[in-house]
Amino acid sequence: MSPAVGFQDATAIAGIAQTPFAKHLEPSEAELACRVIVDACADAGIEPSEIDALCSYTMEATEEVDIARNVGCGEITFFSQIGYGGGAGCGVVGHAALAVASGQAEVAVAWRSRKRGSGPRPWTSTSVQLRVPGAWTRPFGLLRPVDEIAMLTRRYMHEYGATREHLANVAMAVRKHANMNPAAFMHDRPMSHDDYMNARWVSEPLCLFDNCLETDGALACVVVSAERARDLRHPPVYVHAFAQGLPPQHQTMVNFFNDDPLTGPAWACARRLWANAAFGPKDVHVAQIYDAFTPLILLSLEGYGFCERGEAAGFTENGNLEWGRGSLPVNTAGGGLSEAYVHGFNLINEGVRQLRGTSTAQVEEAETCLVTSGEGVPTSALLLRR
Amino acid sequence: MTNAAAFSGGYVANLGPSEEGYLLPAVDEESVFFWEGTRLGELRIQKCSSCGKLRHPPRPMCPSCHSTERGWTRVGTTGTIWSFVVPHPPLLQPYSDRAPYNVVLVTLDEHPTIRFIGNLVDGPEGELDEVDPTTIRIGEPVEAVFKRFRRVDGSEEFLPFWVRRS
Repeated sequence: MSPAVGFQDATAIAGIAQTPFAKHLEPSEAELACRVIVDACADAGIEPSEIDALCSYTMEATEEVDIARNVGCGEITFFSQIGYGGGAGCGVVGHAALAVASGQAEVAVAWRSRKRGSGPRPWTSTSVQLRVPGAWTRPFGLLRPVDEIAMLTRRYMHEYGATREHLANVAMAVRKHANMNPAAFMHDRPMSHDDYMNARWVSEPLCLFDNCLETDGALACVVVSAERARDLRHPPVYVHAFAQGLPPQHQTMVNFFNDDPLTGPAWACARRLWANAAFGPKDVHVAQIYDAFTPLILLSLEGYGFCERGEAAGFTENGNLEWGRGSLPVNTAGGGLSEAYVHGFNLINEGVRQLRGTSTAQVEEAETCLVTSGEGVPTSALLLRR
Repeated sequence: MTNAAAFSGGYVANLGPSEEGYLLPAVDEESVFFWEGTRLGELRIQKCSSCGKLRHPPRPMCPSCHSTERGWTRVGTTGTIWSFVVPHPPLLQPYSDRAPYNVVLVTLDEHPTIRFIGNLVDGPEGELDEVDPTTIRIGEPVEAVFKRFRRVDGSEEFLPFWVRRS
């Protein structure tokens, strides 16, 4: 596989911003989006009128025309949206970087604004989801994303001898990092091993603490050329490599209909990502791995090559995912499990903070960070470096 | 969801839930042969009329030979539990009334990469929660039975459920 031409380190994330994270925020998603985009521009030291590219999720409710009219953009010359919910986040930033690297735009903004904490749960909609593939799964009571991922989790445990102890390792590591982060929803809520083991079931073998939060919040970042980033307020965080992944015969969330359901989009995405990079998994100092559910971290650790297939459970042992202890601190702001669930965009901003040296669980001398989006759906990933 | 709609073609039936409120499949042009089969107690899998490869769930084009000529073949109803989950609330009604219940993923013995989501029950009239979930094991041999559901408009669908093979 040949690397992407002219992309490596050609762009940088120059500004980031986020709203508070809460179960309920008063302002509308539109207002939150506008505020956070203006704040991200201010963080970079760039006027919103300079924005000429807008990238977001197909599930994003705030549209480009509204953003541009509200924050006072000039002429927008690149706009794109990426589908598949939590699989989109890194792709959105990646498209922003592609737009800048290829000369289609100069100041690209990526964002996500979502009131998932106070809004409806998407799985409660019954009208449109009984087509393919829902027609084959939902009538039998496989209703929610957690049920779908629990199905893969049980099989994973069966094949590789993983246990709830390993899922607890993931949940507790991420919670520990949230406890260090005043902006995290779970900042004041430590989680003991007993807390995890005694939590109520949601879909066996997954319990409450294997599930992400339900959050209102918004985040944004600003991507410019590496050259321009060097003249701005913060040290540049370079977009070293980017990839998306949609493997053969994949089915979103219910990836049960291919030859090997336990190798999902992460594997396809990783092959392209590492082909595009000048370094490999062993050179990654800190990782932000999409964690709508704890087992997605196990699958992603294997998919992105931090360990071999079936070894991710062992990889979580002895605090190996924890700041200050492990070889690969993961989700150092608390992730979707314990900081906020905003379709993974908070993982991107935390990756930037780690490479600026401003994380609340700062990995010393961190020079490289992997950020991933949802496993189990068509996905994406970013390799950031300072 | 727009993509899914585009690949579902026209709807033959999409007439809402069962009388009890269970979700029922939207029967479309691609899948109508399957739901006609379950009425007769048959499991039918889409088969490429050109190269003969099976594919499931059904779709317009064969990913191997690109033919859109499609038929189906009747397959054996025996399978093996590949995985299972036990959902707890919050769930939709009436599923929440039956929770905790089991949902199994079954691989067909004749075609191990063709899989079905279903429920392990004691017989064709079975309810989602009648098998004790703590007794279910990956690898258990099972066989399809076909449970009748009546939609609120009076039409019927037969869904594949699974019983243990002794």
